[in-house]
Amino acid sequence: MWERLGKWPVVRQLTGRDRLGRGAAAQSPSHVGLRPRTADADRVAGTVCPYCAVGCAQKAYVRDEKIVQIEGDPDSPISRGRLCPKGSASLQLVTGPQRLDKVRYRAPYSTEWTDLDLHQAMEMIADRVVAARERGWQDVDGKGRRLNRTVGLAALGGATLDNEENYLLKKLFTAMGAIQIENQARI
Amino acid sequence: MIIGSNMAEAHPVGFQWVMEAKGHGARVIHVDPRFTRTSAVADTYVPIRAGSDIAFLGGVIHHVLDNDLDFREYVAAYTNASFLVGEDFADTEDLDGLFSGYDPATGTYSRDSWYYAGTRPPGEPDGSRAKAFSEPLQAGASGAGIDGAADAERDPTLQHPRCVYQILKRHFARYTPEMVERVCGVPQEQFLDLCRAWTANSNRERTTALVYSVGWTQHSVGAQYIRTGAILQLLLGNVGRPGGGVFALRGHASIQGSTDIPTLFNLLPGYLAMPDVEHTDLDAWIADQRSAGHKGYGYDVDAYLVSLLKEYFGDAATPENGFGFDWLPRIDGDHGTYRTVMDMIDGKVSGYFVLGQNPAVGSAHGKLQRLGLANLDWLVVRDLNEIETATFWKDSPEIETGEIVPERCRTEVFLMPAASHVEKEGTFTQTQRMLQWRTKAVEPTGDRRSELWFTHHLGRLVRERLADSTEPRDVPVQRLAWDYATEGEGPWAEPSADDVLRRINGYDLSTGELLPGYLGLKADGSTSCGCWIYSGVYADGVNQAARRTPHTEQGPYDAEWGWTWPMNRRVLYNRASADPEGRPWSERKKLVWWDADAGEWTGHDVPDFPARIPPGHVAPQGSTGPEALCGDDPFIMQPDGKAWLFAPHGLLDGPLPTHYEPHESPVRNPLYGQQGNPTRKVYGRPDNPSNPSPPESGGQMFPYVLTAARLTEHHTAGGMSRQLPYLAELQPALFVEVSPELARERGLAHLGDAHVVTSRTAVQARVVVTDRLAPLRIEGRVIHQVWLPYHFGHTGLVSGDVVNDLFGVVEDSNVFIQESKVTTCDVRPGPRPRGQELLALMEQVRAAAGITVETGTRISTSHGVPHTEESP
Repeated sequence: MWERLGKWPVVRQLTGRDRLGRGAAAQSPSHVGLRPRTADADRVAGTVCPYCAVGCAQKAYVRDEKIVQIEGDPDSPISRGRLCPKGSASLQLVTGPQRLDKVRYRAPYSTEWTDLDLHQAMEMIADRVVAARERGWQDVDGKGRRLNRTVGLAALGGATLDNEENYLLKKLFTAMGAIQIENQARI
Repeated sequence: MIIGSNMAEAHPVGFQWVMEAKGHGARVIHVDPRFTRTSAVADTYVPIRAGSDIAFLGGVIHHVLDNDLDFREYVAAYTNASFLVGEDFADTEDLDGLFSGYDPATGTYSRDSWYYAGTRPPGEPDGSRAKAFSEPLQAGASGAGIDGAADAERDPTLQHPRCVYQILKRHFARYTPEMVERVCGVPQEQFLDLCRAWTANSNRERTTALVYSVGWTQHSVGAQYIRTGAILQLLLGNVGRPGGGVFALRGHASIQGSTDIPTLFNLLPGYLAMPDVEHTDLDAWIADQRSAGHKGYGYDVDAYLVSLLKEYFGDAATPENGFGFDWLPRIDGDHGTYRTVMDMIDGKVSGYFVLGQNPAVGSAHGKLQRLGLANLDWLVVRDLNEIETATFWKDSPEIETGEIVPERCRTEVFLMPAASHVEKEGTFTQTQRMLQWRTKAVEPTGDRRSELWFTHHLGRLVRERLADSTEPRDVPVQRLAWDYATEGEGPWAEPSADDVLRRINGYDLSTGELLPGYLGLKADGSTSCGCWIYSGVYADGVNQAARRTPHTEQGPYDAEWGWTWPMNRRVLYNRASADPEGRPWSERKKLVWWDADAGEWTGHDVPDFPARIPPGHVAPQGSTGPEALCGDDPFIMQPDGKAWLFAPHGLLDGPLPTHYEPHESPVRNPLYGQQGNPTRKVYGRPDNPSNPSPPESGGQMFPYVLTAARLTEHHTAGGMSRQLPYLAELQPALFVEVSPELARERGLAHLGDAHVVTSRTAVQARVVVTDRLAPLRIEGRVIHQVWLPYHFGHTGLVSGDVVNDLFGVVEDSNVFIQESKVTTCDVRPGPRPRGQELLALMEQVRAAAGITVETGTRISTSHGVPHTEESP
């Protein structure tokens, strides 16, 4: 009885050191047992927020090969651990149910998506690239000057991608003669 | 100074440093059409009419020059203020808003009269070819050319009537506080208070930082907005010095990177010019980048390009075949994203890749974008989520109007899941040029893959298909060095981003060693380097971008966190932080200085100058490149070593910024007969109508100024935010902000529905009546401004009309960025009509305003000739 009474928060507040009731006096047994998701992580990966260009450093906590939390990295001289609402929501961006998981395919004139195997999609796209490149090919202009290019295919995107990815994109498209290669930096 | 940016809301975590500075006593001034959270914490908020920033900043320049407040020693030594311009130059003051050399037939300038006396334009001064493919953007590596810059006549006293300083003074003579009030709606006393604050805080002891964002770039005269800011900062000695500078706050995680290593049509990595039809061989390209007496590091573009070609083509790139230069495609016109979309509508494009971008919502004139998508043979969209660009065939606004019918739309669509930022490794380059390496946290699951994987394997499959071809056009694909290391087993293994970054850094091919930086690049084929400005990111065999020394363990420049191009240098042109004799301008603003004992430049930052060229050095006659730099030439990427107050070359719409009204404006230009930018790119097409602007009639149909911007809780076109519960809940609906006065004028109820109308479409939004948007008095009449966030679309947890549908396509001629920060509109109460009724409303609005395909295309006001950009 006295033992139970002694656990009553009011008693703990009046008799313990936490007289303002803002710490230990207000804790419940389940509360005491709470541990942050980050505590049980198997490892932490240093990463960078994918939204705006400030470049806030993030720490991605991994348990059982799944991301369990993403937080700001206090070591960063740019962000000092802070994240904005978007950066703070990046756990949802990465793990949320809105994420696409399978290739979706819409045939010409179709009214719905269907499934398509990833490697088959890659083979189909490669076929189409070769054909579109050929269809739009231009060897020379009206004055006989070298053009060496295709206007049959275009690309847009890069500002959300890695430098290494942009590098390969520009290199491949340039070698194929594709010139209409653009990204958000133009916008 | 924060202008054209809502830093607190769009770059909140970066804004902590503004608040930190404020805590240390800095005064923060925010200039913006709308009172935002940035304004709320600034010391001073100055409301301004959207589209009038050049008049505003020109007024500050006028104030500086009229009162002799410029940092004279800095200006005289480090800028081209003392250079004399040729006698044939005529200013906008002489020609009512045009400079000398204007050709109304092409809508461009012949720029030969803009040169320094005693110099010549290198090659062709005609602007029409340059305008075709955005030549100004291509001058990033080499600088804009001037033949004989070292021989330019100069007047160190700045008194000669043809010297740049005096030309500048005359050019801005009418940009008085009274004029600023008339054009911008800023009261004179408030304007003068800002002028006094800016100038009083710019001297030996103090510097002022200038911050802008896309509120400056997305204008038909956007490049000149930034020029105006740069001129002002140069006049006040705020460039190359700690605490100074002009800061572009960019909006995507690696949009700086995608400019440096460009997926852009007219650039190769490191701001090298994409070859055009005039470049018959490698030597012709090199000659075109250089000018006679060319100073600085821009002269060495041959080494940068040859090293790139060695990375592209490996052993197949030899001196005999010009290192494969002739395998590169040639551009001869506008192949920018908006031109390409019109070409899609016109049936010229078969296939389209959209990679982590959502143009159906995020690009101007969304309807044009979606109609382009609907006229392709195939479309590949790679994204984290199902976005509007992938679903245009089933749920775009044009389905409701019947303009796209799924059963009649032939576009084959592949929607492929992308790996997220924690499921792949690689570098982002943030807005201050810092590369930061991300380690991979987990493997992507299902069909999710990186773009590195996608591109690598697409290349592999295409190369397999063309391996046996004997067609000459397939040679570059066959010879491409496409042998990146992979991680994992099998034909579909993930390529190594680390290997790609090493090759971007570059190798000495004779030793196989990684290069320490771009100074080691050679034009003889003995080095390879994917991007010269990134060379050094793998110096000493260490991934410098992956360094993570905590800020608590290093000094104020934090040189061991990530890696900043070039050469881990934090402040560009930092030679200017010391006086001509090499001494810091003041102890307080000490950054880089000449150490006479050691005989080299030293300081807190990596010096941005040849290490051993002393301050008093005079370059030998006839030298070129870095050797041609004198000791007081801090601007080492400029062909004359000086910062340009006046741009004799490199810009298409004038050597000096001039106030032009936006393409769509409710007012006649108060300063000149010339109404808008006379070189802007207009596309007179039935599917791209313009709202009339003075002196055209019909503009009263669209009496209000419209601007659009971001919210903190959403990102760009919403593809990474409208799908997330937290963010969707925080900002659940599209709204339009209007002033109480406008609400009364139009009968708009707070939290009721309204629709915003332009000649393109009508967009529905909930009304927020707020004094955040105060009406302004312009030219004696009240001008209302309205504002909307542009993140909404029709997929995701929250949806709303696409605000970008309100804008048409009109572009800055220098860089081809669209004017989507200002237009005119009407605001009407109630929901918009839907389906066919929306089309009927638009027909009615256009008829009432008298809009034809020629509306807005008379870009030269005095000539009055319709003009439109041709398809290449």
